[in-house]
Amino acid sequence: MIEVRNLAVAFDGTKILRNMTLSLPKGKLTGIVGPNGAGKSTLLTAMGRLTPIHSGEILFDGFPIGDIATASLAKRLSIFRQSTPITPRLSVRDLISFGRYPHTQGRPTGADLLIIEQAIARLDLSEFADRYLDTLSGGQRQRALLGMVLAQTGDVVLLDEPLNNLDITHARTVMRVAREEIEMGRTVAIVLHDLSIAANHCDHVIALKDGQLHSSGKPEYVLTNEGLSDLYNTKVDVAEIEGRRVILTV
Amino acid sequence: MAAKSGIIAILTGLTLVSCFTGVSSLSGDGLWLLFYSRLPRTAAALLAGASLAVAGVIMQMLSRNKFVEPSTAGTAQAAAFGLVVITLLAPGAALWAKMGAATVTALIGTAGFLALVRRLPPHDPMLVPLTGIVYGGIIGAATTFLAYERDLLQYLDIWINGEFSGVMLGRYEFLWIAGILAGVAYLYADRFTIVGLGEDAAKSLGLNHKQAMITGLSIVAVISAVTTVSIGMIPFVGLVVPNIVARIYGENLRQTLPIVAASGAGLVLACDILGRVIRYPFEIPVGTILGVIGAAAFLWILHGRARHG
Repeated sequence: MIEVRNLAVAFDGTKILRNMTLSLPKGKLTGIVGPNGAGKSTLLTAMGRLTPIHSGEILFDGFPIGDIATASLAKRLSIFRQSTPITPRLSVRDLISFGRYPHTQGRPTGADLLIIEQAIARLDLSEFADRYLDTLSGGQRQRALLGMVLAQTGDVVLLDEPLNNLDITHARTVMRVAREEIEMGRTVAIVLHDLSIAANHCDHVIALKDGQLHSSGKPEYVLTNEGLSDLYNTKVDVAEIEGRRVILTV
Repeated sequence: MAAKSGIIAILTGLTLVSCFTGVSSLSGDGLWLLFYSRLPRTAAALLAGASLAVAGVIMQMLSRNKFVEPSTAGTAQAAAFGLVVITLLAPGAALWAKMGAATVTALIGTAGFLALVRRLPPHDPMLVPLTGIVYGGIIGAATTFLAYERDLLQYLDIWINGEFSGVMLGRYEFLWIAGILAGVAYLYADRFTIVGLGEDAAKSLGLNHKQAMITGLSIVAVISAVTTVSIGMIPFVGLVVPNIVARIYGENLRQTLPIVAASGAGLVLACDILGRVIRYPFEIPVGTILGVIGAAAFLWILHGRARHG
């Protein structure tokens, strides 16, 4: 679905990503992990064509992502980003409705309205649907923004640290929603800090370190004692409790 | 819907009051007075108010800041600068030429403001209007200096202090351009709201961000230029109206833009009527009235914002 070849990304002459070659397996949930500053968000936003590429290429369905018209790419790829604060005073439903904009250009049909209501329900936002975003907590706002990305119904869904600010209940909700997306045939990549979540929920893991690919593959091969200790330069243990793999960082 | 019919009722009432408020009574040459002065004046106030409020809300979406409007972003000052320059270069220029010059400088001035604002740290929203006020002040000072050097201060005064007493049939019609542009803005309502979500969000949703910015900027510049040339600067409408409407109805422009336009029209007309009766038979310019009311309302909005965090 998405292939990255020899990618380099630079800001002000400093390379954030180097020699990166990897792919997001189609129809799989890929977790992107690594220490702070490893380039996880940069990789994700480059794949979402929000960060300009220095060299190399990113292919979407075989085509260079930069060659696909913004409007048609928006129907097929959606990206959630942490950094953007929302200034307009919109209700949760209004915001999520804008996720349909690439498909409707502002003229939603009954099917679009259904997708919007489903996105609201899937992220447990029904009781806030008519509230303004500025009256909600940070976590609730974040789920609303995720709702907008869901409503966009892209074949590829990129999520940059969607679990930050969320309590465990809602973190589980988001991971459940990510799995539902896979079941609908979509490809999902998700930047995670919680390695236990990566180990138990993801089909595939990409580990980055210092702007380069450290390792990638199935979680049980990447998220090991040695692999993680080397990735984070600190001792990390992997335990198994009731069939679930738990990454011990204490 | 109750709100809609309420707004229409208020606007109709204000229009009637406006037609019957003035030094001369409508008996005698009433019909002539009505058609040559009172109706045009009323239309001018409605058009200017609606379009300035719309220009304000567009500016707020483009700059992603609630405290910005054409008069606090250098737009209106840049339009006045253009007027002084064209008056110096071609004193006999036709009105449309002046309007064109004012539009061009307003466009450049506003683009300069937006470029400046992009470099500000995003976490302090008050920096944006403060920068705009200083920026507008610099352009305004340059304009005043130029006008002073060339003995044009009297003209400048007309452009800076907005008022409707000079409005007559045949001397306000350019304001319809502003009114029409406010209508055109409605076609772009979704796009402006999406620009308000930020450049990345806009791109993710497949919006041509640059094109939406340029469209918005052009609409704001033309509205500012046309109102400055026709009646002079009217401060605070573009700031106060969108903020109050946002409090009650939110900021999904597809739903709120008509309310913003109608409220702006009503506010400016009400202030103009007030200006006609406060010191009857003398008139107080609408710009002065709005300066007082608008500043008070602005402080109230700031206060509320501080309280709600």
